[in-house]
Amino acid sequence: MSLLNVKDLSIRYRQAAVVDALSFSIDKGESVGLVGESGSGKSQTALALLGLLPRQASVTGSIRFDGTEIVGSSEVALDRLRARRIGIVFQDPMQALNPYLRVGRQLREVLVRHKLARGAEIDERVIEMLSRVGLSDARRQFNAYPHQLSGGMRQRVMLASALIAEPDLLIGDEPTTALDVTVQAQILELLEEIRDNTALLLITHDLGVVAGHCERMLVLEKGRLVDAGATTSLFASPGHAHTRLLLDAAPRIDRAGTLSPATGPSILGVDSVSVSYTAFGNEQLRAVYDVSLSLRSGETLAVVGESGSGKSSLIRAVLGLVPMHAGRAVYAGAPLEGPVERRAKTQRRDLQLIFQDPVSALNPHMRVQSIVAESLLVHEPGLSSRARREGVVEALSQVGLGEEYLVRYPHELSGGQAQRVAIARALVLGPKVLICDEAVAALDGSVREQVLALLRKAQQETGLAIIFISHDLAVVRAISHRVVVLYMGRLVERSDNASLFSRPRHPYTRALIDAVPVPNPVVAPKKAPLRGEVPSLLHPPSGCVFHPRCKYVKEICRSKPPKGRDVQGAHVACHFVDEIDLSL
Amino acid sequence: MSLFDNRTIRVSGGILLTVAACALAGPWISPHDYLTTDFNRQLVSPTIAGGQIFGTDDLGRDLFVRTMLGIRVTLLVAIVASLVSLVIGVAYGATAGFVGGRVDAAMMRFVDTLYALPFIFFVILLMVAFERNFLLIFVAIGAVNWLDMARIVRGQTLSLREREFVDAARLTGVSTARILLHHIAPNLIGIVVVYVTLTIPQAILVESFLSFLGLGIQEPQTSLGALVDAGVNQMEGASWALLIPAGLLALILLCFNFLGDGLRDFFDVRHTN
Amino acid sequence: MLRALGAIPTLLLVIVLAFLMVHAAPGGPFDDERVLPADVEANIARAYHLDEPLPKQLLRYLAGLAQGDLGPSYRYRDHTVSELIGAAFPLSLKLGAMAMALAIIVGASAGTVAALKQGTYLDRLVMAFSMTGISIPVFVVAPVLVLFLAVKLQWLPAGWSSSSGASRMVLPVVTLALPQIAYIARLTRASMIDVLGRDFIRTARAQGLGTWTVVRLHALKPAMLPVLSYMGPAIAAILTGSVVVEEIFGIPGLGQFFVRGALNRDYTLVLGIVVFYATLIVSLNLIVDILYGAIDPRVRYR
Repeated sequence: MSLLNVKDLSIRYRQAAVVDALSFSIDKGESVGLVGESGSGKSQTALALLGLLPRQASVTGSIRFDGTEIVGSSEVALDRLRARRIGIVFQDPMQALNPYLRVGRQLREVLVRHKLARGAEIDERVIEMLSRVGLSDARRQFNAYPHQLSGGMRQRVMLASALIAEPDLLIGDEPTTALDVTVQAQILELLEEIRDNTALLLITHDLGVVAGHCERMLVLEKGRLVDAGATTSLFASPGHAHTRLLLDAAPRIDRAGTLSPATGPSILGVDSVSVSYTAFGNEQLRAVYDVSLSLRSGETLAVVGESGSGKSSLIRAVLGLVPMHAGRAVYAGAPLEGPVERRAKTQRRDLQLIFQDPVSALNPHMRVQSIVAESLLVHEPGLSSRARREGVVEALSQVGLGEEYLVRYPHELSGGQAQRVAIARALVLGPKVLICDEAVAALDGSVREQVLALLRKAQQETGLAIIFISHDLAVVRAISHRVVVLYMGRLVERSDNASLFSRPRHPYTRALIDAVPVPNPVVAPKKAPLRGEVPSLLHPPSGCVFHPRCKYVKEICRSKPPKGRDVQGAHVACHFVDEIDLSL
Repeated sequence: MSLFDNRTIRVSGGILLTVAACALAGPWISPHDYLTTDFNRQLVSPTIAGGQIFGTDDLGRDLFVRTMLGIRVTLLVAIVASLVSLVIGVAYGATAGFVGGRVDAAMMRFVDTLYALPFIFFVILLMVAFERNFLLIFVAIGAVNWLDMARIVRGQTLSLREREFVDAARLTGVSTARILLHHIAPNLIGIVVVYVTLTIPQAILVESFLSFLGLGIQEPQTSLGALVDAGVNQMEGASWALLIPAGLLALILLCFNFLGDGLRDFFDVRHTN
Repeated sequence: MLRALGAIPTLLLVIVLAFLMVHAAPGGPFDDERVLPADVEANIARAYHLDEPLPKQLLRYLAGLAQGDLGPSYRYRDHTVSELIGAAFPLSLKLGAMAMALAIIVGASAGTVAALKQGTYLDRLVMAFSMTGISIPVFVVAPVLVLFLAVKLQWLPAGWSSSSGASRMVLPVVTLALPQIAYIARLTRASMIDVLGRDFIRTARAQGLGTWTVVRLHALKPAMLPVLSYMGPAIAAILTGSVVVEEIFGIPGLGQFFVRGALNRDYTLVLGIVVFYATLIVSLNLIVDILYGAIDPRVRYR
């Protein structure tokens, strides 16, 4: 008999069904992946399994866990199941932990509640659990507050709290989505080690994660189950069109990019730029240190890094949104200096920026027409309002949006549509350089593909140069000509696409590539390539900032920061670049 | 979704408009005025005949007309005083929020300290010092109430400044003036409107308070607060003299509070979609 | 620590402002009395230093303050201001403290219950009550309550001096507390609803902790933070209300003294009360700040 049996589960809010007649089962010890785009009902399903849906949700159907019916059950009965039989890990560990209570306190309550230990034994078991999830010095972390821990550590604490009562089923609702990719690899590996016989329901939009960690797979589209089966079978021959769509749209780090190197003239140069912030009084925080790069017309340069890498700060300094502390930036021969408000109109026109969150990048009180027209208003004041309108319509059609969008407000647009409006706003002036700061990170697979195709088209037609900031190496491999890798504000490697992905020259680059989950279920997931997390920018390590996590560390790495060197077309900052071979 | 779909807004707004209309029309319609004393008809209870539907006060003056006038004064003082707080509060708060950094911290530290002082003491001192000048009442009340508005506006401006569409505008080359006008201001209007409707009751309370203590509006003019004060003295014999103005005062305050709540809900829904 | 020092300039500002306003008022403290011959008047003025230029008077006052001397009352000639405050304050304190305690206990409980039962009739009832409470001014509530409970129903005494004992405290305390109960209930409810919607509450529920434990362990402390922040203004509001309540019930507290002093141009008394209350409030605010840090660790450890 299955451990969990879901039959005809439907979840409705008012009249809208977010989950429709969903049926599936999970056996003891099994690992099942639940995939779908945003809005497909995955999280709602997870909440339903624990009876945690809000009051407004109307739930019908049956959820049987080990014989007990969950739908319609009383809170008291559900409390007996929660944590004790079914555990859950949520996506955002900062929000999911109580910031006002110490970590140990939050965990021990689970043991107390479910009467799993008494007296002094309680704290000991908590510390033991914290140790098992990989927190070094668990005894000290027992008394820590959540905000004193890093993101990865917090998620480990969440995992500890979900597993401490030894449940039969563990649900992970996008448990690694908010984490850096190297930390994600660690957590996924931890999950495998620690779950023993506990069944796993892993909810994710990342097919690479499913491929590596789930025996079976369920595919949801708009609340309906459209495909189910063994992961290997489904990947090899998807049953439903939607599954095929998801598979095709999933960016693959193991597939080579198809772009040949760009040959246009160099138009943007960044030379030894440093950016610092003052934090908490007088401490200097070095967000970017001595970074140089260049960009050609018609080229896509990817800037890659995890949190704390400084990629956003670098761009903001180049654009004049924040001050540059050292170094210079040059565009078309002229220096880019001073705050953006004081720069030449041509410079502001030619360099445009697209943000990560499309909806917050648009003024909620302005209609699409005004939003896009504003750029024209500033740079071509001579245009008649009719000519302006034509310009807006033209820009919108360039991004695939019809005239009916002119009167819409941002909150009436989907994420993809909003991002396209943002792109239209940027392109309407005919810029030469477009900077995309995680522009597709918030978009689902198919929508992301469309937006990327849009950018490619603009590049081919107008010779647009693109700087693409991203933490997602798989996407980067597919769309970039050249790549720059940042770590803690320093440039560790700069190379062309083909070389970087076949023969990375910096240990960090190699680790990044290894950490990305590959959507190929036949190949076992690699071991997590890096230990630890990015250290605090306030206290950077001495010498080479990467040395505490590096496999190849030697004495010199601890004391002397490496100088960037050119090696066979790549620019690398590592003492041992000649000695180590990191080919894939 | 229009403003008038919300039932709270409709009902409370409707009541307020009705009250205001009566206050404007009442004294025109009634044959009595607010000044004439009549020592033959002191403390007469409400009668339909003769049009003295609220009765008379201890000096024989018609209470209906006096109450309507009282409403006019109360509303006038409240609205003007709220506008004063609005102007000061928005200017202060928007500046603090937009400039940010140390200036903002200092400005808000100032507000925080002022916030906790019993300003009513200063209002009283002011009133005593300047001999109950009518104009000064507005200023005094406005000066006391701007703190809340400043805080709210500053908070909103601060979060708006960080929003990406402001950065986008800066990058495009939109002038700071235009940013303030087209990007920041429209996003402030909602919250400012809500708070003005909530400041009005506070202003009314302060004015009524002063009148109650004998420091506010001067005879023979009157306000609702003054009428309540007078009514307290007649409490045992002529309870209507207390209950009618008190009831109307409470009604007006309730309506403004509900209106403010309704407006707040209205603006919330539009932006959390 | 910095906060404590930062409060001093504000206090000084308050004192100077009050001083100027009091002295700006037309008339002097001795105007009410019989008209005196000019030289006697001059003598009196000299004795009280009223003939000196204003800045000098201010400095003299500040010097006295530094030694804890608030000066003599101009009106109640046999007493110093400190004595008068000392006599009247304990009563106002008792009244205010009880009202505050009542407000917090009843208000916070009502707000919590309303939040937990959000949307039900109980919730709407609490909300309606609190709406009314903040809309009806103290000076309306007080006489109305006196009218019904003391005059018509005779359950409680109407005036202060007309009776003694605990029962005469009831009406004044309740009247004073009502608007605060209403406001705190609203505040607690909104804050509790907000906290209950946060992710970490969902985690606690997912751990099977049960409603009572979730509220007690996880929700209560953060939900009380806005209420704690409100304590400063709350105390100020109670002080304000006490002026009216003391007036209506004839209670010889500090509020009454203040109004009389203002009307009588009793400079030192008025100033003394302002200084006293301002100092009190500033100190209480410091305590509130410390308590806030005790609850929210992010404030404590950067």
